[in-house]
Amino acid sequence: MIKPDRIVTTTCPYCGVGCNLQLHVKDDFIYKVTSPFDSPVNHGNLCVKGRFGYDFIYHPKRVTTPLVRRYLLEGRPKPDGREQVFAVSTNGNPVSPSQVSKDWDWVTTDWDTALDITADKLVEIYKRDGSEAMAVYCCAKATNEDNYLLQKMWRSLFRTNNVDHCTRLCHAGSVVALQKAIGSSAMSNTASQVIMNDVFMVVGSNTGENHPIIALQMKEAVQKHGAKMIVIDPRRIDLVDFAEMWLPLKPGTNVPVLSAMAHTIVKEGLVDNEFIAKRTEGYQDYVESLEKFTPEYAEELSGVPAEDIRRAARIYATAKNGAIYWGMGISQLSHGTASALALIHLAFLTGHIGRDGTGLNPLRGQNNVQGASDMGAMPFHYPGYMRVDNEDNARQWEKTWNIEPGGLSRKLGLTTTEILGHAHEGGVRALFIMGENPMMSEPNLNETRKHMTHLEFLVAQDLFINESGAFADVFLPATPFAEKDGTFTNTDRRVQRVRTAQAPRGMSRPDWQILCDLARRLESRLGRSNSAKWDYSSPEEVLREMASINKDYAGVTYDRIDKVGLIYPVPDLNHPGTPTLFTEDFPSGRGRFYMLDYVPVMEEADDEYPFILTTGRLLEHWHGGTMTRNSALDEAYPEARVEMHPADAEMHGIMKDMPVRVTSRRGEIVLRATVTEKTTVGVVFIPWHFAEAAANLLTNDALDPQALIPEFKACAVQVFPAREEELPNPDAVVQRGRY
Amino acid sequence: MTITFLMDGEEITAAEGKTLLEVAREHGKEIPTICFHEATTANALCRICVVEVEGMRVLQPACIVQAANNMKVQTRSEKVIRARKTILEMLASTMDLSEAADIQAMMTEYGADVNRFPDAERRAVPVKDDNPMYVRDYSKCLLCWRCVQVCAEDAQYTYAINFEGRGYETQIGTFFDRSIPETTCVLCGQCVGVCPTGALKPKREFLLEQGMSPQEISVLNTGRKRRRT
Repeated sequence: MIKPDRIVTTTCPYCGVGCNLQLHVKDDFIYKVTSPFDSPVNHGNLCVKGRFGYDFIYHPKRVTTPLVRRYLLEGRPKPDGREQVFAVSTNGNPVSPSQVSKDWDWVTTDWDTALDITADKLVEIYKRDGSEAMAVYCCAKATNEDNYLLQKMWRSLFRTNNVDHCTRLCHAGSVVALQKAIGSSAMSNTASQVIMNDVFMVVGSNTGENHPIIALQMKEAVQKHGAKMIVIDPRRIDLVDFAEMWLPLKPGTNVPVLSAMAHTIVKEGLVDNEFIAKRTEGYQDYVESLEKFTPEYAEELSGVPAEDIRRAARIYATAKNGAIYWGMGISQLSHGTASALALIHLAFLTGHIGRDGTGLNPLRGQNNVQGASDMGAMPFHYPGYMRVDNEDNARQWEKTWNIEPGGLSRKLGLTTTEILGHAHEGGVRALFIMGENPMMSEPNLNETRKHMTHLEFLVAQDLFINESGAFADVFLPATPFAEKDGTFTNTDRRVQRVRTAQAPRGMSRPDWQILCDLARRLESRLGRSNSAKWDYSSPEEVLREMASINKDYAGVTYDRIDKVGLIYPVPDLNHPGTPTLFTEDFPSGRGRFYMLDYVPVMEEADDEYPFILTTGRLLEHWHGGTMTRNSALDEAYPEARVEMHPADAEMHGIMKDMPVRVTSRRGEIVLRATVTEKTTVGVVFIPWHFAEAAANLLTNDALDPQALIPEFKACAVQVFPAREEELPNPDAVVQRGRY
Repeated sequence: MTITFLMDGEEITAAEGKTLLEVAREHGKEIPTICFHEATTANALCRICVVEVEGMRVLQPACIVQAANNMKVQTRSEKVIRARKTILEMLASTMDLSEAADIQAMMTEYGADVNRFPDAERRAVPVKDDNPMYVRDYSKCLLCWRCVQVCAEDAQYTYAINFEGRGYETQIGTFFDRSIPETTCVLCGQCVGVCPTGALKPKREFLLEQGMSPQEISVLNTGRKRRRT
């Protein structure tokens, strides 16, 4: 039996649930993870990633020394033809023979050299091309403190708002819709209130695989508390086994289905007139716009029987406490904002918001995507969702950051998707990526690849050289969650501690320290007369600086969240936190109804491309795979697979486990087929974790006009049998007894 | 509603509907438990928590029996202590308790004799190492049922494991004895989290115990990586 040297309490780095963990450490090696059974978030339960998925920390491919390309180190000009290089040269031997490749070699170096080169290069580009040339991707996996510092660095030193992170690719549609309708952008209630719902809808969220612990609470609500669950999803996800109803809609038909539910609620007089009169505006115009959305019209578009839509509407509307949980199936569409608004309207009509056990609850994906957004890692907002184009807001931050009045940019910055689209002469020249992997997570990756090669200077701060880091000029080795202190904010706004369990491996350093070190070097090179003070002694000092302006966090201190996290808004040091929002009014005053129209997805199935491809995630993997594909989790699910309905498979001569080629108008991949009723007729599903068969080579980069979120959830593809030897990894076999 | 009853001669008032175990713990009285766990439904399987209740023919498991008005309960009577001692001796004779520190401490406390049943057949089955996340060593399993319960309605609603066999042959297993990846298991490890004897264990912990170094363990799963260029 092994006795741990220490047991460290911290927060899980995977999904937005924010499970509490205890890391059992022996000789700087985490050999076991447990969870306290009195944890308010997860009650001692974990999923496979949370309990077992930490071996990436020790993976031999983790980079723990700073790397720079040989051309930079030896002072040669940047060679033409940026290459994607994963391998690190050892003993000075180049990884490939040509001179061009030699210049692209990664060479290990020390921190001073790497940071000086980075600072020189960034300042050179900034002085030459100005603020517009500088851009940064913050990171929804990093701590609040890391994100605050990175956006502060770019805003205060390079005077640009070209700051964004992957929220743009996940819930941007929901955030914009919530901002428009109620002036907020987070879950209105907490996940632990699931068991207080008597009816709840799960829309476009495969909660069982993506928020496994919230799914347990949903199953408990159904099995033990008699709640009714309505699942609206094109896939027969595992929650359907527990559901009262499943509405299998065609991808991209959320607006008609949800609006037809609203139509039924209005026509059958199930509306909460008092709530509508007291708390909302725009109802009359909205009701008129609903006329066209009859359940029969919605059935025609979505394939969901009209009678089922009516029944679902009645169940939700007549609930005592009804709640809505949703995921990417709502937001990742070229009409993602409209989809989310259609959901918000349902809560307005029935008054299912502002009480415990009700609400509008977008389930946030990453462990700290809520926090990174709160920290201002977005192009339109400072920390605390303060608009950058508001003079008072800018003045407040100028004062805090010790910047001359008028110093900060008032211009809205570029979004994640726009930043790479602007990578060309006269546009974005330098990009700093902290922990993100756009070469996996952007749509239409062939296009993304082109943009990556057009950058003049790319810095990656990460654990591994991932598909994006392979394009970088400088690699800064950061530490994972177990080697740094800080805070994460989970999907239900709970700010929780992250604690150091072991020393940083090799020469790697916590992100906040790297950023402060780099910022000091930039500041002296830029010759700014005032210093924005980059000499923090601890992450807590960073949090306090942020919380001095961001009122939601005003009462959050490390002391107060030592044992149990606080749910923001926490307006002062004695405030107990706010689990349920909007009990009296909305941040924007009244909730606003919007008239909606049905807009089809940008690319519908046709004779040439007869299937609709929808993408999503798997229980065993995490997003671009930087962590989980360098873990034993990869052994549990080692290959990409396309799910196809038995009826489609039979018609196209595709059998179980057969290699197939999936082609869209933008790219093609070869992978094995899983023939399963988990997907519906006409719809195929591919998870996007696998670089060797990347689903995002196929996806459509059409954007929602308001939220600028890409349409990951629907594009047209064709599927044909392929040969075994065309598979990128024919030996990998997924053994999976479950559905 | 409250009830009043006697526990070890002491008059105790408690809320109605509480078990004897809950009331005892609220009043600082120690009743030993093995299969009981705060996060799982109590099933009174191991019987180590038995107490003597006046008027009842047999000893009563405190983890499920509710306190009632005018009950007279003895938590450490001679009969109770003899029963607990025998239970521990039977456990020790049939299974490997080497990693069950709590049970070992109880054996010392109750003076249990490891060799009380010298002819007993010890359960010895090979370690099942059939998935990347955890190993199952049923030689160390005392059939507390916690793993089965958290896999079912107590937490995960996955139903991958259950009892199999009867009598002495009883063991925790999967349907048709399939390997873990071929079952409905989602590898959440809820079962590992509640196992009291080290029968279920994270694979990394197991390998470390087998004498592998962290470095050796860390290169185990790095065989994949053939990327198409």
